[in-house]
Amino acid sequence: MSEKIVFCKGGGCTAKLGAGVLSHILEQLPKGPRDENLLIGFESRDDAAVYKLTEDLAIVQTLDFFPPMVDDPYTFGRIAAANALSDVYAMGGEVRTALNIVCFPEDMDLNILGEILRGGSETVLAAGGSLVGGHSIADDGVKYGLSVTGVVHPDRMYPNNQGRPGDWLILTKKLGTGIICTAGRIGEASEGAMAEAVASMTTLNKDASRICRDYEIHGCTDVTGFSFLGHLHEMLDGKHSAVIHADQVPVMEKAAEYADEFYLTAAGQRNRNYVEGFVRFEQVPFAMEEVLLDPQTSGGLLIAAAPGQAGELLARLREAGLPAAKVGEIVEKGDAEILVKGCAELI
Amino acid sequence: MEKKIVDARGLACPLPVVNAKKAVGEFREDGVLTVLVDNEIAVQNLKKFAGQKGLAASGEKKAEKEYEVTIQVVLAADAATAGAATGGAGGIGTAGAMETGVAGSHRTAGATDPGQADGSASCAPDIRRKGMVVVLSANVMGNGEAKLGKALMKAFVFALTKQDILPETILCYNSGAYLTCQGSESLEDFRELEAEGVNILTCGTCLDFYGIKENLAVGSVTNMYEIVEVMEQAGSIVRP
Repeated sequence: MSEKIVFCKGGGCTAKLGAGVLSHILEQLPKGPRDENLLIGFESRDDAAVYKLTEDLAIVQTLDFFPPMVDDPYTFGRIAAANALSDVYAMGGEVRTALNIVCFPEDMDLNILGEILRGGSETVLAAGGSLVGGHSIADDGVKYGLSVTGVVHPDRMYPNNQGRPGDWLILTKKLGTGIICTAGRIGEASEGAMAEAVASMTTLNKDASRICRDYEIHGCTDVTGFSFLGHLHEMLDGKHSAVIHADQVPVMEKAAEYADEFYLTAAGQRNRNYVEGFVRFEQVPFAMEEVLLDPQTSGGLLIAAAPGQAGELLARLREAGLPAAKVGEIVEKGDAEILVKGCAELI
Repeated sequence: MEKKIVDARGLACPLPVVNAKKAVGEFREDGVLTVLVDNEIAVQNLKKFAGQKGLAASGEKKAEKEYEVTIQVVLAADAATAGAATGGAGGIGTAGAMETGVAGSHRTAGATDPGQADGSASCAPDIRRKGMVVVLSANVMGNGEAKLGKALMKAFVFALTKQDILPETILCYNSGAYLTCQGSESLEDFRELEAEGVNILTCGTCLDFYGIKENLAVGSVTNMYEIVEVMEQAGSIVRP
């Protein structure tokens, strides 16, 4: 299977609509009467919807799909699936079933679609779920993703906005997938850089999510198209501020270099426009600013963890082989909602 | 006065910027680069690029899906002196909210500047050695009497200016930060080195710590991120 898929204008989560545009439209939608079993719905900026069925069981629903960001169809299938499943993990749930969402050109080789779906189904199986159907339509460009159903105990789901001052902010994957895939799209990414990005994007957030269950978590979200800073902004929910130490944020090896080469996405600039009013950079190199605003495909979990246990949580995440790091902490609401410090307070 | 036009309409990011960067690198003299794009985000990315290169840029919407970005290409502003062109000491570490389009003005330490990469920035031979970094971690040289240490350090910096091959970068941190501030006896020597294109960087945390940030008189402010990067990428590190 050597045939490659044709890149769309910007694949993966770089294809997401801007958060600013979106929230404006979502606010206009009619809400209808409140169903008290709907634990998390539209009004929250959470990753997935959660609906309580019984006192100890709720279903988690989410869907995600996008155009390819890598050439290889099988790899694309794995990435798209890992990305879609991630929302369930960000809620603290377990994956049960998934449905394929497919857009595919009529005149394209169907073997390519077969490879995409193989990558997707293998990933669903690895998550412990079952692939139970799907829907496909003919379209100009390839798009793939999943509609996923998971389960979670209603009292044990991870909110994304209950962080408190003093909480550690922990990130479980390195940043840089958007920049690296963009460099790859124009043939400028090294093999090693692409391999690192692919390995990260195909890693499920399952282990990270399960480990979190043993600790006091006040907030958890997966970092995707709105970038680290965009998702952090949503996590803070206007209630608190955060201080981020740029030099402690895990970053893919070539990401800053490619940012300095200006292999930048439109989505990254949209993210900048969206968060610039909330963020203050202090001595942060340009490339690092771009990495923090880089749209992530199948990014890691961003966790707000109670300070007493956060160190142990971090150690467990690292034992599990994740490049997790403490990237900052939540503080009392201050002048800047997010202060990103560049210079280590050493020397 | 050279003029170039890049038509990047119909191209998705990052291609408008990548093509503009390539075109800037092809300028043989100062001039104007016009880039045509079809969306506002591409305009912002182009301005961001120009800002990083220390070049002035403006954008104008000509019609629906037709935008024109004009970049004033100044060859001298590129390469190692980009920081100076965009505000010298304040180069990096722009506290305060992000500016639209131009986010700070970090000098790219790598060889990514088009002028430097293809040698078109200047016809004069470059007497700096790529990858040679001088680290001044104190305002004295060696251990012993402070008075002697200061005199030695002054002599060291002076001797640096007389070398055939100059360092690419000089890093000043801890009490080394005093060397680049008003009152330092080495200021003239540093200015001479800077005029030769040597990148002189002083640790911002150190300037803050000693309360002398306002007194920085030569070069620009840096941070630990860049200090580590410069040291990691150094071919050789010279310490007095």
